[in-house]
Amino acid sequence: MNALFELKGLRKSFGDNLVLDDVSINFPAQSATVIIGASGSGKSTLMRCMNLLEELNDGQINLDGTDISAYGTDIDSVRGQIGSVFQAFNLFPHLTVVENITLAPRLVHGIKKEVADKNARDLLKRFGLADKADEFPNLLSGGQQQRVAIIRAIATNPKLLLLDEVTSALDPVLIAEVLTLISELKRDGMTMVIATHEMGFAKKIADSVVFLHKGRVHESGIPESIFESPKTQELKDFLGALHQAGRL
Amino acid sequence: MTYQPSALQLQREAAKRRASRRSTLIALSSTLAFGFVLVLVVTGAQGYEMVKNSFFNWHYAKQAMPSVFHGLLLNLRVLIIAEFFVLLIGLLIAVARTSTSPVLYPVRLVATIYTDLFRGLPLLLVLLLVGLGIPGLRISWIPNSAVVLGTVALVLTYSAYVAEVIRAGIEGVNPTQRQAARALGLTQSQTLEHVVLPQAFRNVTPPLLNDLVSLQKDSGLISVLGAVDAIRAAGIQTAQSFNFTPYLVAGALFVLLTIPLTRFTDWLTRKQDARQRAQGQW
Repeated sequence: MNALFELKGLRKSFGDNLVLDDVSINFPAQSATVIIGASGSGKSTLMRCMNLLEELNDGQINLDGTDISAYGTDIDSVRGQIGSVFQAFNLFPHLTVVENITLAPRLVHGIKKEVADKNARDLLKRFGLADKADEFPNLLSGGQQQRVAIIRAIATNPKLLLLDEVTSALDPVLIAEVLTLISELKRDGMTMVIATHEMGFAKKIADSVVFLHKGRVHESGIPESIFESPKTQELKDFLGALHQAGRL
Repeated sequence: MTYQPSALQLQREAAKRRASRRSTLIALSSTLAFGFVLVLVVTGAQGYEMVKNSFFNWHYAKQAMPSVFHGLLLNLRVLIIAEFFVLLIGLLIAVARTSTSPVLYPVRLVATIYTDLFRGLPLLLVLLLVGLGIPGLRISWIPNSAVVLGTVALVLTYSAYVAEVIRAGIEGVNPTQRQAARALGLTQSQTLEHVVLPQAFRNVTPPLLNDLVSLQKDSGLISVLGAVDAIRAAGIQTAQSFNFTPYLVAGALFVLLTIPLTRFTDWLTRKQDARQRAQGQW
């Protein structure tokens, strides 16, 4: 299957600390890939490399057949095609919900204010946030803020959506809200890369799971094989720890 | 069943009322006593009659009022123009100093030297150097009006202060905000305009207004160059009558001029604190 998004031999180090070591992953169109791994395994760095927030030390990233890691690439236009959502929401506190969502469509994609506004309100309505459209983010719950952040990321119709531990800062009820939204996007056929500690959710939504260990792809495959019959000791240890912590 | 406060709660409320009545009484009597002593000390002083005559003379106050007020209008004009340029130049310097683009390195260097220099130089010195030095150059196209040069001196000094305040505001915006904007595809300058600066200004509005209040009163210093502002007008009156009341009139007008802005600053600060508390940032 032809990959929409492709990582080839990514390498990233901070000083002497090698964080990503020869990471190659293919992300087919309309697939959901879940990336798991302990803290410090390189998950977040990998996510940040994918939308070019971090500079690579080696390797190549292809999006839809173009090498976006090539020297001289218009980074801003690439980022316009990749939606990113972070653990800490990062909504703009001085803008209302609708203004948060329409900022990129208007400034980056040149969509008229009225059109962008309508799209934003339609999306909010669809995901049960219509009454929050004109509120400022600080009046929203964590789950609502994170859902707005996800809507903000997809309002530009990106080819790819990166979700970096988007539920880590939330309590279980709010996590459920956010995960429902992500499942719906998956049904819509959005190509997604999800870094998460929610293994139950990973099992349900993932087309494939990548286990990252010490900056390398240690094991990968369909969720059943990763979760039910892990091959490497490191993955067994990781799943065992999650089990003990009651997260699996 | 409707809610009935318990006997204990009623007792607590009564005690609270008694305590607050007592505080009011104490504050009132303390103020009266303090005022009484103050009046006694001042009016009892040996030179009281003389000082009263030469500083608080109603006759001279009335006489000086029109010309001092007319002078104050000049201060107001200087103020408005200076405030505009101070905010503009301060913003440009702050943006230059916080940028990381290598092209702007020389601009950053100049901006740093500028703020260091003009924050350190006493305003009076800048006024004299600009107001007396520049006309001395005899360059025909540079105006040598005291008002214009005085305003330039004020702008030079205050832009340096305001630039530092705005810079602090820019640096106070969480880096993740910049990142989120960039991740959405906004360019550097779009991020600055739509995400960073609006938050930066919101963060530093109180200190910024504080600087503007200070600029407001310092606009009276252009009188040293001979511009007939409120203070100079008071000086002319004083020179005619040998009575200092006109200076007091000018002082009172300056205070009246700054009070609205200081109250506004206080109000805004309180409002922001409340907003931040509501966000649970405290």
